[in-house]
Amino acid sequence: MSVRPLCAIAENPWLTQTVEIDSITPEVPGVATYHLRFRDATQHAEYRYQAGQFNMLYLPGVGEIPISLSAGLDRQGTWDHTIRVAGNATRKLAGLGRGGSLGLRGPYGSSWPLDACAGADILLVAGGIGLAPLRPAVYHLLAARKRFGRRTLLYGGRTPGTLLYGREYDAWSGDGLDVQTTVDRSEPGWLGNVGVVPLLLDRLRPLSPGNSVLFLCGPEVMMRYTVRSALGRGLRKDQIWVSLERNMQCAVGLCGHCQLGPAFVCKDGPIFRYDRIEPFLDVEAL
Amino acid sequence: MTAAAPQYSAPNSAPVVLAKQDFQGLLDLLWSQAYRVIGPTVSQGAIVYDEVRIVDDLPTGWTDEQSAGQYRLKRRDDNALFGYVVGPHSWKRYLFPPQATVATADRIDEVWQMRDTPDDEPAFAFLGVRACELAALAVQDRTFMHDQYVDPIYRRRRERALIIAVNCTQAASTCFCTSMNTGPRCTRGFDLALTELPDRFTVEAGSPRGADIVAQLATAAAEPKELEQAEAARRQAVDQITKRLDTTDIRALLLGNLEHPRWSEVATRCLSCTNCTMVCPTCFCSSVKEVSDLDGNHVERQRQWDSCFNWDFSYLNGAVVRNQIRSRYRQWLTHKLASWIDQFDVSGCVGCGRCITWCPVGIDLTEEVAAIREGAK
Repeated sequence: MSVRPLCAIAENPWLTQTVEIDSITPEVPGVATYHLRFRDATQHAEYRYQAGQFNMLYLPGVGEIPISLSAGLDRQGTWDHTIRVAGNATRKLAGLGRGGSLGLRGPYGSSWPLDACAGADILLVAGGIGLAPLRPAVYHLLAARKRFGRRTLLYGGRTPGTLLYGREYDAWSGDGLDVQTTVDRSEPGWLGNVGVVPLLLDRLRPLSPGNSVLFLCGPEVMMRYTVRSALGRGLRKDQIWVSLERNMQCAVGLCGHCQLGPAFVCKDGPIFRYDRIEPFLDVEAL
Repeated sequence: MTAAAPQYSAPNSAPVVLAKQDFQGLLDLLWSQAYRVIGPTVSQGAIVYDEVRIVDDLPTGWTDEQSAGQYRLKRRDDNALFGYVVGPHSWKRYLFPPQATVATADRIDEVWQMRDTPDDEPAFAFLGVRACELAALAVQDRTFMHDQYVDPIYRRRRERALIIAVNCTQAASTCFCTSMNTGPRCTRGFDLALTELPDRFTVEAGSPRGADIVAQLATAAAEPKELEQAEAARRQAVDQITKRLDTTDIRALLLGNLEHPRWSEVATRCLSCTNCTMVCPTCFCSSVKEVSDLDGNHVERQRQWDSCFNWDFSYLNGAVVRNQIRSRYRQWLTHKLASWIDQFDVSGCVGCGRCITWCPVGIDLTEEVAAIREGAK
């Protein structure tokens, strides 16, 4: 699958295409998945992306927000974006209903190195909304199960009610993905794990560290401790990939906001091999 | 996707001389060729770049005195047209304008339609470009034209711009182009390069476009003596440069000392005012503002210069990553002198000294680097 921005976008990185909200799936309180359709049928058919990439969604008069694609073409043939209401643009989006009109440009950024990891045991670790950018990788692992070794998803949320895509876990497990969840705080009726995600990794059955790859997305502090745990389980730093977040405005390395050391998180990332970004990730307020 | 850089060649035709009384002929020719000529003018107590139609628009007989946190215009004892160093403006304000509409959105029947806003600025002729500024143009070319994504406004303007360099014949105390290998001699990246003598200019063409212009001017072949005078005038600038920046292993020095105590020390002086980034000829950060009309059906996306010194520049999820001046100054200096090299294979600093002159508290980056080198781990 080749990835290229739409031609018009390459000519002017600011030019955005019109998309419409085809439908909305409420996920958990404050989070919904927006199923988007390009107004132009050709654009809709030609759009391609790779797991882990993001789009800039544009709410005219309010601004743009970088949002990861959380799934490829679904049953309705739309592009999925799971969004948590956090600021002005997401609030404006949350006020739109079916048929609502907005802008989209993309896809941008680096992707999970799924092809390069064929044959390996894949460990996905997510925290909170961080599962959204990993969901395309989940679908890839489910669809191409023979190409990979053991496949595991460790996922943590603040409370049971914040865990995303819970309706899909059984199907994922049925297709051979070992899904383990944990929460920081329990709620009545929760019979699962309580504790932070790195504990799941600490307790995970024996790994073959030489043949394992870790894809990681969540709050930075959670990622820091997960990396520590992974190194403790024998993984090397170059077997770990992290998805980072910074203030991304242009998404094409021109506006300067998202820099982390030498990296433009928008175009060199958001997904980095850990050993390459570690010297900068560990410096406070860099 | 990359764009072609404007093609310049080494000066290959013999240098000529243009008498000062014929200089208006150059301005007339450029305007007649539909160039919008931008050059040095005196305004608000400084030499700034603006439209130049007649020789009298130029800062005849003015010079600038610069030091850390100080800039003053002073009368010269001659009528030199380009007898100053550099002012607060750089050419980036014309190629990467401080404010530009990058796109528009219109709501028609409840559907948003987004459009390009074509740039209609006529071709510029930049008159009086210094060697450090030629280097700055080359640095910004890498940011805006030679990377994966291209800025359409910059590319269009840059490809059409005519570059008329004027060699420095004096230097300010803030200049350190010799440390950055960017000057003071203009050696490449121009269509024409002039050297000012008391009553004439020597003129070199650096491109076919430049040679065409020379062919249409009232010039004479340069005598060996005139070329010697020009060389001596340019030599003065070299001799006057006193400031040095030791760039030895500077990338490793700065990125390897991100917790150096000097960052906290400089933060006690730095006001985070953004002046250094506004006057810097290579700083490229921007933000896009949404400007709606009253009924909200038409929106202009206005890009404006931004600065890593602005508090909310690194805003993320309800907090600011670089919440202290210490981390903002560190970001600016390490980007300019170190991580720029990773990103664009060139330093972001051309040694023009503007950030030193226009810093209200006189912070001198060469001193900051020296202090970090001193206590480096």
